[in-house]
Amino acid sequence: MSLVEQFERGLAAPICLTWELTYACNLSCVHCLSSSGRRDPRELTTAECRAVIDTLQRMQVFYVNIGGGEPTVRPDFWELVDYATAHQVGVKFSTNGIKIDAEAARRLAASDYVDVQISLDGATAGVNDAVRGAGSHATAIRALGHLRAAGLTGFKVSVVMTRHNIGQLDEFKALADAYGAQLRLTRLRPSGRGADTWPELHPTADQQRQLYDWLAARGEQVLTGDSFFHLAPYGGPLPGLNLCGAGRVVCLIDPVGDVYACPFAIHEEFWAGNVRRPGGFETVWRDSELFAELRRPTSGGACRSCGFYDSCRGGCMAAKFFTGLPLDGPDPECVRGFGAEALAAADRTARPRPAPDHSHRPVPVAIGPRPGGPGRACDEHPLAGLAVAGPG
Amino acid sequence: MSTDPGASRDPGPPRFDLDRAWCVDERVAVRPEPFGALLYHFGTRRLSFLKNARVLSVVRSLADHPSARSACAAAGVGAAALPAYERALATLAQSRMIRERAGREGTGS
Repeated sequence: MSLVEQFERGLAAPICLTWELTYACNLSCVHCLSSSGRRDPRELTTAECRAVIDTLQRMQVFYVNIGGGEPTVRPDFWELVDYATAHQVGVKFSTNGIKIDAEAARRLAASDYVDVQISLDGATAGVNDAVRGAGSHATAIRALGHLRAAGLTGFKVSVVMTRHNIGQLDEFKALADAYGAQLRLTRLRPSGRGADTWPELHPTADQQRQLYDWLAARGEQVLTGDSFFHLAPYGGPLPGLNLCGAGRVVCLIDPVGDVYACPFAIHEEFWAGNVRRPGGFETVWRDSELFAELRRPTSGGACRSCGFYDSCRGGCMAAKFFTGLPLDGPDPECVRGFGAEALAAADRTARPRPAPDHSHRPVPVAIGPRPGGPGRACDEHPLAGLAVAGPG
Repeated sequence: MSTDPGASRDPGPPRFDLDRAWCVDERVAVRPEPFGALLYHFGTRRLSFLKNARVLSVVRSLADHPSARSACAAAGVGAAALPAYERALATLAQSRMIRERAGREGTGS
């Protein structure tokens, strides 16, 4: 059995997982995968978060991708980061940069075990702020400046690729280079608020091809979080595992402790359990019926007869689900165009609705929205940076 | 699948000395899996894997042996299989998952 097939049958523990610490966010990005904005009052307490970290240490989960919402607005954010790294759980976190000042940057520069990625969805303020909100480009650039000034290198500039920023690929690369950062490009998913904006924001077929060629020419210089494996039929796999890791090698813990198969699948259909229940996260990972189902070999469904099935593996489960396509058929962005055909034939009113919605209310009420963190453009696939260099 | 980017910067094939003393890097976590094991390096943030239980046994016992050759022998690696294990260890050394150690350092047996 190949390593990928082994991985598809699930691991003893996740390689890493995404942990949204809060739904609170100062931004309201139009494509936010978790519909973040307001804090959920049932959020895990500091003590509960520590208990989750204890479990992850016991299971030898190598690292967590912390996000939100804007995770740094939690008053115990740094405390939890320190607790995780002191317990052999590495931390990568995504932020819009709102709390990355000179002191935070110095703190980050001092630790090998913490990695940071700054979300930016346009190389220019015009393109970025149209998606992430007024002033968010300036906030991110200020954070990058602090990180560079602290002597940090190799931190990430994380971009969700849209119809409006694919023309800026070279500018993004130059910007990351200028700050000593590494560029990470990830796929726009129709998750959270993205369900409503995906039809207008997702790249055109021509742009997908342009993106693939650009990435293929840069190899491992540019990270992708393994998120473009659906483009592999254009000319072979990009660096990464090239498989859907949902419930197999990755998963999501949300701010209230709910466990979902992946960060892009916050919906009851992909709910596996809750860390507050007896047995905690370990039991969810090992015994969830949903995860057992995801780890069973799949038939490939409608895609089985396609000659490219072995390279794209049918694409992204969440992308199919939230665009109303069957899970055993083509990805909505199938490079052969089968997804576009299926979308044209599908009943758009029957699409599943992402839930729950934590968006800031459109009309501010008297108490006003809580200040929060970033509406992250995208979450990195946990398998980013996997080196397959094993012996045997 | 990706390869370690370090490999492309490194001129020539990886060299590995079976007769020296080795150990798993302090910043590496080793997690057994049904197919062998996963390794994660907290410094380079790279993941690697071991494809069977025997190579896991070799890697885990490196620190207890005066040489990698001795660790292989103790794990039951025969002469015919030794070159494959040497290549595997060379790959791990190149990606900094294992490192050379001073002769007496970390010897547990």
